Amino acid sequence: MEHIDFSLVDWSRAQFALTAMYHWLFVPLTLGLSFIVAIMESLYVKTGNEEWKRITKFWMTLFGINFAIGVATGIILEFEFGTNWSNYSWFVGDIFGAPLAIEGIMAFFLESTFIAVMFFGWNKVSKKFHLLSSWLVAIGSNLSALWILVANGWMQFPAGMQFNPDTARNEMIDFWSVLFSPVAINKFLHTVTSGYVLSAIFVIGVSAWYLLKKKEINLAKRSMVVAATFGLISSIYLISTGDGSAKAVAKYQPMKLAAMEGLYYGSDHAPLIAVGALKNCEDTLQVHRQSFIFEVPIYGALSYLAFGNFDEFVPGIHDLVHGNPEHGIISYQEKIEKGKIAIDALAEYKTLKKIGDTQNAAIALKTFEDNFQYFGYGYYFGRDPHELIPPVRMSFYAFHIMVGLGTYFVLFFILILFFTLKKQVVDKKWLLRLAVWTIPLAYVASEAGWIVAEVGRQPWVIQDLLPSIAAVSQIDSSSVMITFFLFLAIFTTLLIAEIRIMLSQIKKGPESSPSKQ
Amino acid sequence: MFENLSLLALQHYWWIIISILGALLVFLLFVQGGQTMIYQLGKTEDERKMLINSTGRKWDLTFTTLVTFGGAFFASFPLFYSTSFGGAYWVWMAILFAFILQAVSYEFRTKTGNFLGQKTYEGFLFINGLLGTVLLGAAVATFFTGSQFSVDKMNLLNLTGDKMPIISAWETPFHGLEAIWDSNQLAFITNLSLGLAVFFLARLTANLYFINNIDNETLHKRNKTCLLRNSIAFLLFFLLFLGRILTIDGFAVNPDTKEVFIESFKYFNNLIDMPFVLVMFLVGVVLVLYGIGVALFKNSKKGIWASGIGIVFTVMALFFLAGFNNTAYYPSVFDLQSSLTIENSSSSHFTLTAMSYVSLLVPFVLGYIAYAWWSMDKKKITIEEVEQDHHMY
Repeated sequence: MEHIDFSLVDWSRAQFALTAMYHWLFVPLTLGLSFIVAIMESLYVKTGNEEWKRITKFWMTLFGINFAIGVATGIILEFEFGTNWSNYSWFVGDIFGAPLAIEGIMAFFLESTFIAVMFFGWNKVSKKFHLLSSWLVAIGSNLSALWILVANGWMQFPAGMQFNPDTARNEMIDFWSVLFSPVAINKFLHTVTSGYVLSAIFVIGVSAWYLLKKKEINLAKRSMVVAATFGLISSIYLISTGDGSAKAVAKYQPMKLAAMEGLYYGSDHAPLIAVGALKNCEDTLQVHRQSFIFEVPIYGALSYLAFGNFDEFVPGIHDLVHGNPEHGIISYQEKIEKGKIAIDALAEYKTLKKIGDTQNAAIALKTFEDNFQYFGYGYYFGRDPHELIPPVRMSFYAFHIMVGLGTYFVLFFILILFFTLKKQVVDKKWLLRLAVWTIPLAYVASEAGWIVAEVGRQPWVIQDLLPSIAAVSQIDSSSVMITFFLFLAIFTTLLIAEIRIMLSQIKKGPESSPSKQ
Repeated sequence: MFENLSLLALQHYWWIIISILGALLVFLLFVQGGQTMIYQLGKTEDERKMLINSTGRKWDLTFTTLVTFGGAFFASFPLFYSTSFGGAYWVWMAILFAFILQAVSYEFRTKTGNFLGQKTYEGFLFINGLLGTVLLGAAVATFFTGSQFSVDKMNLLNLTGDKMPIISAWETPFHGLEAIWDSNQLAFITNLSLGLAVFFLARLTANLYFINNIDNETLHKRNKTCLLRNSIAFLLFFLLFLGRILTIDGFAVNPDTKEVFIESFKYFNNLIDMPFVLVMFLVGVVLVLYGIGVALFKNSKKGIWASGIGIVFTVMALFFLAGFNNTAYYPSVFDLQSSLTIENSSSSHFTLTAMSYVSLLVPFVLGYIAYAWWSMDKKKITIEEVEQDHHMY
């Protein structure tokens, strides 16, 4: 594989990671805040209380600032599938393109049409139409998440498709299997609820700041009740969907699970590491038995998390790379060889078909089909199978940060809701300060979740079928490097602008209440 | 219903959907056109405020149409997505950068603490208006003039050769920029002329839109003056483009062997061979001119509707010329047989069928967009209306 430009692959990956990470800074708030705003407006329409309208408008302003930059970073992602991953676009475009188009037709238009009514329609349409628009914006935002996450889920667990040797691509044969694949559904539910949790924390944190500054007390307290209730329900559901996601990962992406847990050697009663620090053992690409500097294991918990059974065997990185016949696991080297057979057989099939040798073409096709499930491994022929191990430390720490913070958020929402309902939250300065500082933690948890999902599945663009080295576009790596730094500069600048505008709007606060006017 | 259609019928159906989306996008580029005239039309802060709030309430619609156009192209003709986006890298990246800048500029422009200052965001809007239109136009012009790429699906299986295992390869180091600057080929004049025609079309449509949407006599007069200039410039570049494509050799496909070959006056022949496209094209052009005419000479505020419908018809006709009647819609001048046709670049029968059911939502989507905007635009924009609004740009 000397002809692979690894620099190009790395820069293309870096660019996609950069744009995805920036996009994901803004999307969760859009997903959740849209619902919180709609709930607040519903309270306004139901009660007729102008204070709820004022509260709604305030959060809507922050929503608008965040929404714009989310849109800006989102357009790049869609087109980068083509610009930087052109092979991928053909290899799976027949399946992957559909959710993207449906996202546009079903979700984006809903969002973009009614967001204008939501922002500019207060004095132009009826109260009920305005409320309906706010709900449609929330639904549209979440629908767009559904379709893109269905697409992402499909990359992690390709379902409902069949490879067509004549067109050299995968083709969809069952739309519903793509839409309702267990990975896609769990991914959608887990991801959007994480957005709800982040948004609830954002609203609580900003409200806590007002309470600390003794400003906008009424707005802050009311917002806290809505957000804490929304956040608590969401965070409990988040844990449940997280459990579903873990089981899906265990079943379909065992290497990712092993990396998430730093599990180098598999075992029965596999331990979940509650807290731990990994040794730096990736540089040598060796698989180490002693991987932790220290760890606090909970024996059997990983087996339970993965398979719902404390005794179940969970394969480790070593088992997956070198094979474990006792548990029916074949080694990566065998998979690489089978993948190579698949690739060669497909090439042979095409050649034989071209010259009209249908009999031998059929034999070649049969060989290809028998080995197709390892197709992507063939691209690693002649290379070290350890290259198929994802970055373990990054996956491990990201996973543990996400889980640790997720657990903390449940307790946090309980505390906030408890003291708010007891009407004592104003006096709990420590809790209010904690609430403000929890905002960045929510973003850390959210980004960590994305890292787990995307880094943990490396090097696969399509699990087992297409590695990143075979998915890229043929561009000079220097060109991608230039666009990477352009994106970095522009997104960072816009992020700074967004944060400054947000802070300034928060300091400025909502419009004066009608009684003060 | 759709599953009973042949693959070819579905491919034609999806080319029509792509053409509709492309045509709607070109019409909605009036937002970009308006952004390039903020200071030309608005001499006071209040006037600029009205102009920006007028286009600002529609920017997301244009943006969404662009994204949906891309998504639909990906879903229905993935080989185009893979070849063009992965190859003409710099052109698409420039377009995307221009749209990133736009997305935040409306929202951030007048907000306290916006870091870069109001003028910078207005500069971003201008860049988006200029680059977004010219480059999109030039990119679409390559549907007629061709690009330098090769496609080899077998290369995916290349594990040991001297080339990366890449299906679609761009064969010039400029990655798309050659479409607008390679003076060795006359094609760049055709590409640029369509780019500039789209730019001036976006501006003249913006004039018509402002006349309709803003209730201000001073702006109305300035828009009329500007409309005349933009219309003349548009006609010059559009006629240059039209003259070129109707006289150049085109990229035809043998329907039996699927071989791509050069045919003299191919696009002119397409017009003659497809009378409905000829009629659509002529009706479109007449409607565009009628919209301009009534705005200029009858003082009508409703020219946008005639011109808007005319733009949609005209652009659809151009897409039909590029893709129908056995024509390669994305020709390769590097390797003729690598050229993309609606037959060799499409998704499978199953995917096109599934997507066709989704496309039935399009009239419903257009319906609620029309209703929402009818509700919103009943009251025209005035400075009082803008300043009273909670969410002023």
